[in-house]
Amino acid sequence: MASITIRGVKKNYAKTQVVHGVDLDFASGEFVVILGPSGCGKSTLLRMIAGLEEISDGTIAIDGLVVNKLEPRERGCAMVFQNYALYPHMSVAQNIGYSLKVAGIPAAERNQRIQAVARTLELEHLLDRKPMALSGGQRQRVAMGRAMIREPKVFLFDEPLSNLDAKLRVQMRSEIRKLHRRLNATSVFVTHDQVEAMTLADRLVIMNGGKVEQVGTPSEIYTRPASRFVATFVGAPAMNMLEGTVELDGLSLLGGSRRLAMARAGLPVGTKVAMGIRPEAVRLVASGSAGALDATVDLVEELGAGRVIYVDLDGAPFSVMTSEAVHPEPGSTIGLKILPEDMHFFSSETGSRLDVFKASVPEPAL
Amino acid sequence: MEKRVTFSSWTIGILFAVPQLLLIFTFFYWPAGQAVYWSLTLQQPWGGGNIWVGLDNFRSILANADYWNSITASLVFAGISTGLAMFIALVLAALTDRQLAGSRLYRVVLIWPYGIAAPALALAFRFILAPEAGFLSVINRIWPGIWDPGLDGADAMASIIVAFSWKYVGYNFIFFLAAFQAIPRSLIEAAAMDGSGVIRRFWDIQFPLITPTIFFLLVINITESFQDSFGIVDIMTSGGPANATNLMVYKIYSDGFKGLDYSGAAAQSIILMLLIIVLTIFQFRFIERRVHYG
Repeated sequence: MASITIRGVKKNYAKTQVVHGVDLDFASGEFVVILGPSGCGKSTLLRMIAGLEEISDGTIAIDGLVVNKLEPRERGCAMVFQNYALYPHMSVAQNIGYSLKVAGIPAAERNQRIQAVARTLELEHLLDRKPMALSGGQRQRVAMGRAMIREPKVFLFDEPLSNLDAKLRVQMRSEIRKLHRRLNATSVFVTHDQVEAMTLADRLVIMNGGKVEQVGTPSEIYTRPASRFVATFVGAPAMNMLEGTVELDGLSLLGGSRRLAMARAGLPVGTKVAMGIRPEAVRLVASGSAGALDATVDLVEELGAGRVIYVDLDGAPFSVMTSEAVHPEPGSTIGLKILPEDMHFFSSETGSRLDVFKASVPEPAL
Repeated sequence: MEKRVTFSSWTIGILFAVPQLLLIFTFFYWPAGQAVYWSLTLQQPWGGGNIWVGLDNFRSILANADYWNSITASLVFAGISTGLAMFIALVLAALTDRQLAGSRLYRVVLIWPYGIAAPALALAFRFILAPEAGFLSVINRIWPGIWDPGLDGADAMASIIVAFSWKYVGYNFIFFLAAFQAIPRSLIEAAAMDGSGVIRRFWDIQFPLITPTIFFLLVINITESFQDSFGIVDIMTSGGPANATNLMVYKIYSDGFKGLDYSGAAAQSIILMLLIIVLTIFQFRFIERRVHYG
């Protein structure tokens, strides 16, 4: 159990900067997921915590001790790699016990601990096999066992589930969660899969372009995205964005074809803003009814439990997710209703959330 | 459905193979068969018939102390030069693999020695190691007479070993570097996370994973040290002093073409061939077991 403190951490490769000054605090025993698109610097950040990548600027401290200059082995971290990185010439038992062997722990105690770890991960019958003779899920478990046996202060996961098939991924996800509940070691998990991130995290860190966009619990991230990037990156299908301009007594949307009556909240007239609505927050109403937005259906995607209806809203693409048993024909017109509390506003210029704006909305009507 | 191109008639296949088969037959099987035949006869040095003598040639060679001396010299040469060439190449490759900047340059520069003909490089080393004027003559100025490959058999052996190793270090280096680079980076990182230091990682992870390459190079180096050493010996020492560097392959040449003992030379060729075959079988039987193929 250890806390991790990251202060102003930067990473440069020659002239390209991939991490631009990150500040983060992970509490002891917390399960933190770093989520972001490929190339956002999340893996680099993880590798800097592990000590596999030099820190160009700033400091990383584990339990208050700055580890910038420490070797990986001196940091008390264990890591699970994306490709598992099992030693191909060693048996499962040797793979799991390698760190103990390096540490000079006598064979008897080593075997005892290997057995104990194998029991928790249900690997007992595979201990003599070589990694080549294991399935993907079994290899994954061996990689976890190798990390567990050291009883590390910090667990680092570098997209460990991305090489597994969908069913196994769900299963391993819950196993990792259970394991964390039992071991209660501080865990940092890097992924680009938002479902994985949402389900695993105590706290989520959203990264983009080498910067932290938002830190919060999964529900905070979902309900109050701090930026336009977070809003569209988290949630599937992605949040709808309608571009608009602030006017004297409201907001002009969709190139002026729709108006939203609301207080300006100090924003100068002419400011460009984007209004976001999650597809699952849009309600279906009878077309032409009071306060309804009429839209033309483009395509309906059946999901079994519900369906995603892609519509054309005055020329702008818009999606609606519903669990109601409606099956509109493409080309037909449906009515949409959006409630004020489901609207998110972002600055078109900086992409940041405009909260003042929303708080002052009296009773907007479209 | 059969996707590959196949020939309905086997004669076409044979026709395609004929040029290669002819080459192999002319330059390998026929001379080898000829050598076996000569080794069992007594050839006239100026031509004009031969006498069947059975295994007499082998008996007289194996009873000759000079020949056993040659076998010993060859084994010493093979052992030390293979060990030296492989060890230096392994260390260089391990260091290059860790710090990759400029490794492309090393690769090009280090393969050059292998491209140099043995006599040419032997001549260069003859100048470098010359006791009276070469680079090494400096030590003779400090301790007069300590280095003289022309008089001291051990010095002469050291000279040819250095020259041969120098040639094969580059060759081995290329293979070792490729083997090191084929090891996934994440394995080394995982070992580092497991608490393993640089040296420990080398022995526990990298070394076992390059054993196929080590084995391959061992077989090649030993075989070549019995055969490719001729040019070096011929230019640098001519087998001397006092037969100290009279390696088997050189003795075949000097006995056969200088001593005109064709039959004895043929018998020596057969023995050399058998020795290499036995050594190779031994390596496959006893060393290959320890090789881990990924």
